[in-house]
Amino acid sequence: MKQGIFTIGENRPLTGDVYEMTLLGDCSAFTGPGQFLNLRLEGKFLRRPISVCSYEAERVTILYKILGSGTAGMTALRPGDRLDVLTGLGKGFDTAKSGPAPLLVAGGVGLPPIYGLCRTLLAEGKRPAVILGFNRAADIFYLDKFEALGLAPVLCTADGSGGQRGLVTDAMAGLDDYTYLYACGPTAMLRGIDALARTGGQYSLEARMGCGFGACMGCTIETRSGPRRVCREGPVFDREELLW
Amino acid sequence: MVNTAVNLCGVGLDNPVLAASGTFGYGYEFAELYDINCLGSFSFKGTTSQARTGNPQPRIAECAQGMLNAVGLQNPGVEAVINQELPRLAQVFHKPVMANVSGFSIEEYAETCRLLDAQPQVGWLEVNISCPNVHGGGMSFGADPALAAQVVRAVKAVTTKPVIMKLSPNVTDIAAIARACEEAGADGVSLINTLLGMRIDLKRKRPLLANTTGGLSGPAVFSVALRMVYAVYEAVSIPIVGVGGISSAEDVLEMLLAGATAVEIGAANLVNPYACRDIIAALPEAMEKYGIQNLTDIIGGAH
Repeated sequence: MKQGIFTIGENRPLTGDVYEMTLLGDCSAFTGPGQFLNLRLEGKFLRRPISVCSYEAERVTILYKILGSGTAGMTALRPGDRLDVLTGLGKGFDTAKSGPAPLLVAGGVGLPPIYGLCRTLLAEGKRPAVILGFNRAADIFYLDKFEALGLAPVLCTADGSGGQRGLVTDAMAGLDDYTYLYACGPTAMLRGIDALARTGGQYSLEARMGCGFGACMGCTIETRSGPRRVCREGPVFDREELLW
Repeated sequence: MVNTAVNLCGVGLDNPVLAASGTFGYGYEFAELYDINCLGSFSFKGTTSQARTGNPQPRIAECAQGMLNAVGLQNPGVEAVINQELPRLAQVFHKPVMANVSGFSIEEYAETCRLLDAQPQVGWLEVNISCPNVHGGGMSFGADPALAAQVVRAVKAVTTKPVIMKLSPNVTDIAAIARACEEAGADGVSLINTLLGMRIDLKRKRPLLANTTGGLSGPAVFSVALRMVYAVYEAVSIPIVGVGGISSAEDVLEMLLAGATAVEIGAANLVNPYACRDIIAALPEAMEKYGIQNLTDIIGGAH
């Protein structure tokens, strides 16, 4: 973990309520995909933990959805504005477990860490298959980014307005040739995926956090190995560890 | 050259700043960021006789100038604290640490305190009779002077180190509880624990916290904590540890003037992991600004 002052590079809407923000500063505390950062916002007491989409040495990209007054306030931030950020938080995905052809499943704003993971897996010479799920066509974002990586994600929308009609679990039902499973999305989606999983896997979870770095025990969940902090031992957990 | 040293119940502190229980874990998360030996000390995560997972999620909510927590005393139990956490802590913290203890019966308080009292690293026992987030324990002992006194007597009977009773603000007369603790033999009191509060999730139209209520901390409670420290200082002669919403060196000075011998920093650590270090670093300049040479000289100075 590191604390640093970051400068906003870009902050633009991708859909009606999902934004992409790039932050410029020292990213040396990040160790791999699936970690998160924690932003301090003017007028808010607690920081806002947000998963990392991708990062380089001096630049990190996050995608956020407007859910409350904190994220709504973030949309008003402009390039050049500065933010106090804790970086390198949490334990991310373990790509050593992936095998040659892992399956990656993302639902809605569960997409960002899956995108970062996908880039890392490709860089390691693996052949990930990707399923992306959204509620409707107007909610779709980052499909082009996955395509730019040379991938052809299976796209699902719940109302059929984009890609194939249905849930990510419908797209996953016929698949059995993957070597490992990675997923991030709403809890109900993860539960559905887990029921279909044919291999080991890792899921990235979300929780309300106090500090984001392990001090307050605010985000603890019960696992097969006992209580675990989502911010510290997670947010990525082995699927075998989780109690649904 | 100003002097920040104080003496808390016979144990010297380089400065009066401690990190508050439940906001500093067992210190290692912060030791990754800075040398935590700059602290006066810290009070480690509330310990019970058995391991506790705590309350269901969500346990954290935000509010204006503060936060609510309903963690519910998650801890690995006193045996694991002694066998695992304290040896790890010894590698990064070389001063006496404050052992925070909670319980669900008078016997449990006494037994957990007895075990921790025997640990050489422990400088003080901070007995939490004020946790608002568990049922049938914690705060129920701190809301009744007679019960609070019983806890004090049971703990004092089996320990040798200073016993500091952590008091709840969720009472009509906190000074009466403090007096009962002093009369029963407590060596000090710390106050305040969190104030009971709640939030409602407008989307679900239900309480936001799974526990319905939680404990309010952060700058929002500073003036309440200060007022209670001031009132307790008039009621007892044992040392007071001032806790609640402190986020600057100036807040520390106000607490000491109100009657605190030392202070604990809580919620501020969660927002700025360097909060304690920064406050300690800012103390000398704040003292000079207000013409304070020795911190011990100003304890209770506002009365």
